[in-house]
Amino acid sequence: MDLRDLYRDVIVDHNRNPRNFGRLQPADAHAEGVNPLCGDRLDLYINLSGDRLTDLRFEGKGCAISVASASLMTEALKGRTQAEAKRLFEEVHDLLTRHDFTPGMELGKLAALSGVREFPVRVKCASLCWHALNAALANQSQPVSTE
Amino acid sequence: MNVQAQPAAPAFDVERVRRDFPILRVQVNGQPLAYLDNAASAQRPQSVIDAELRYYAETHANVHRGVHTLSQRATDAYEGARDKVRRFINAASTREIVFVRGTTEAINLVAQSYGRPRLAPGDEILITWLEHHANIVPWQLLCEQTGAVLKVAPIDERGEVDLAAYERLLSPRTRIVAIAHVSNSLGTVLPVARMIALARFRDAVVLLDGAQAVPHMRVDVQALDCDFYAFSGHKMYAPTGIGVLYGREGLLDSMPPWQGGGDMILTVSFEKTTYNALPHKFEAGTPNIAGVVGLGAAVDYLEGLGSGLGLEAAAAYEHALLEHASRALAAVPGVRLIGTAREKSALVAFVLDGVHAHDLGTILDAEGIAIRTGHHCAMPVMDFFQVPATARASFCFYNTHAEVERLVAAVRRTREVFA
Repeated sequence: MDLRDLYRDVIVDHNRNPRNFGRLQPADAHAEGVNPLCGDRLDLYINLSGDRLTDLRFEGKGCAISVASASLMTEALKGRTQAEAKRLFEEVHDLLTRHDFTPGMELGKLAALSGVREFPVRVKCASLCWHALNAALANQSQPVSTE
Repeated sequence: MNVQAQPAAPAFDVERVRRDFPILRVQVNGQPLAYLDNAASAQRPQSVIDAELRYYAETHANVHRGVHTLSQRATDAYEGARDKVRRFINAASTREIVFVRGTTEAINLVAQSYGRPRLAPGDEILITWLEHHANIVPWQLLCEQTGAVLKVAPIDERGEVDLAAYERLLSPRTRIVAIAHVSNSLGTVLPVARMIALARFRDAVVLLDGAQAVPHMRVDVQALDCDFYAFSGHKMYAPTGIGVLYGREGLLDSMPPWQGGGDMILTVSFEKTTYNALPHKFEAGTPNIAGVVGLGAAVDYLEGLGSGLGLEAAAAYEHALLEHASRALAAVPGVRLIGTAREKSALVAFVLDGVHAHDLGTILDAEGIAIRTGHHCAMPVMDFFQVPATARASFCFYNTHAEVERLVAAVRRTREVFA
């Protein structure tokens, strides 16, 4: 168990300077994610143009893994279609949970999250924003929880 | 390491005590375990593990039922442990000692069996801002069921209850006062003697949540003059899944059973069932016999019957650990202590500037140091201090000053990772 694998430079950087931090008002889609065990909480805002995610912002409080993951996600998804976002969700899911998974090119900087799979209790920190994404696109009004 | 900063150790043989706890020899992530999460659950001495093992290997049968030898032996072990617990908290009678699953079940029992038949719309239940969710939610449920109103006594920046506000909130409608003896999230020792005396003036019934008190201090329910006292085995070095509700005999007698089943009845017919005497009226079904036997062994251990420990000597040593940890952590740049009450049990809650508690917990774990991070089942306390989560190091008599130093050094290194 190597901590440098979890807290890579990309993660530490995105935690300290989260990209796309803030809110979109009005937003075409919005969802709240909560992780009651650690007290992580984030709000995700999305603007859509047809099927395409044109802008994403998030705000909230959380650990370095959850903040960096949300920051990386908003960067990765800007300009993507909903179908592409869904595929990326699946890729990230495998990245976080499968030891035999080798990240492909399409994950880009998100591959920095691969160290999380060595820390099972932290997987829900990294996946919180992605569950919020699903909820926002499905237009759910209830907060999603990773518990 | 600054040896000068360490307080003079009282005469307490921690190395001898540590040998009683086999888990302290475990390595975590290649490091010797520093177990600083005792407020969540403490570890067990070998004598407790052995008592449970021996019970299953040599004694087990169902209690209060058979005429055969093992059933009688099991009943003797079970009821013998009840008397140990009675002496431990100085209850007047074993009829006042009800075995439950833990503090949570004890509080729910009182809410449903004492509160539900008695409370009317507009009646009031008074708690404090410091309570664990287990001493909030059962009362909220009771309020929904009866129309009673939940009142909350505020706390100040130190994490102490505002006694003047508490006194003002006590009213002629206050029926139940339910307060922590020691706060699980901040370590504050509440001035329960004064709070109980004030509640008596209003004729309110008082329940103390003693989960965090019983493992660390001498509790005398008669001297406290409380009506109910709830605590858990697993925080006092006993097995999980066993706990105690102390209740004044007169009150328990007047309360209806809380669960129905075997063991809590005298006679059953389809027309009329009569209930068993105290405390069996509140112990429906086959109880956690092995857990009770283990609890009795834990009481013996705390009373010093095993290794000469003694609760009083242990408490003085724990206080030295608290002083050491508080002073050393407060000196780390970026650390803010959460909860600085004048009277505290051996627990330090803190936040580290720019580092979420969960990241801190992971980094400490990599060094073999176990602490609790999160909201500690006390979300209102987190809201009060405007933090999403804290890191909490909670000590007990088998922890060492060297472990405190390891904790402080690891917190310093964590800052460097995120600097």
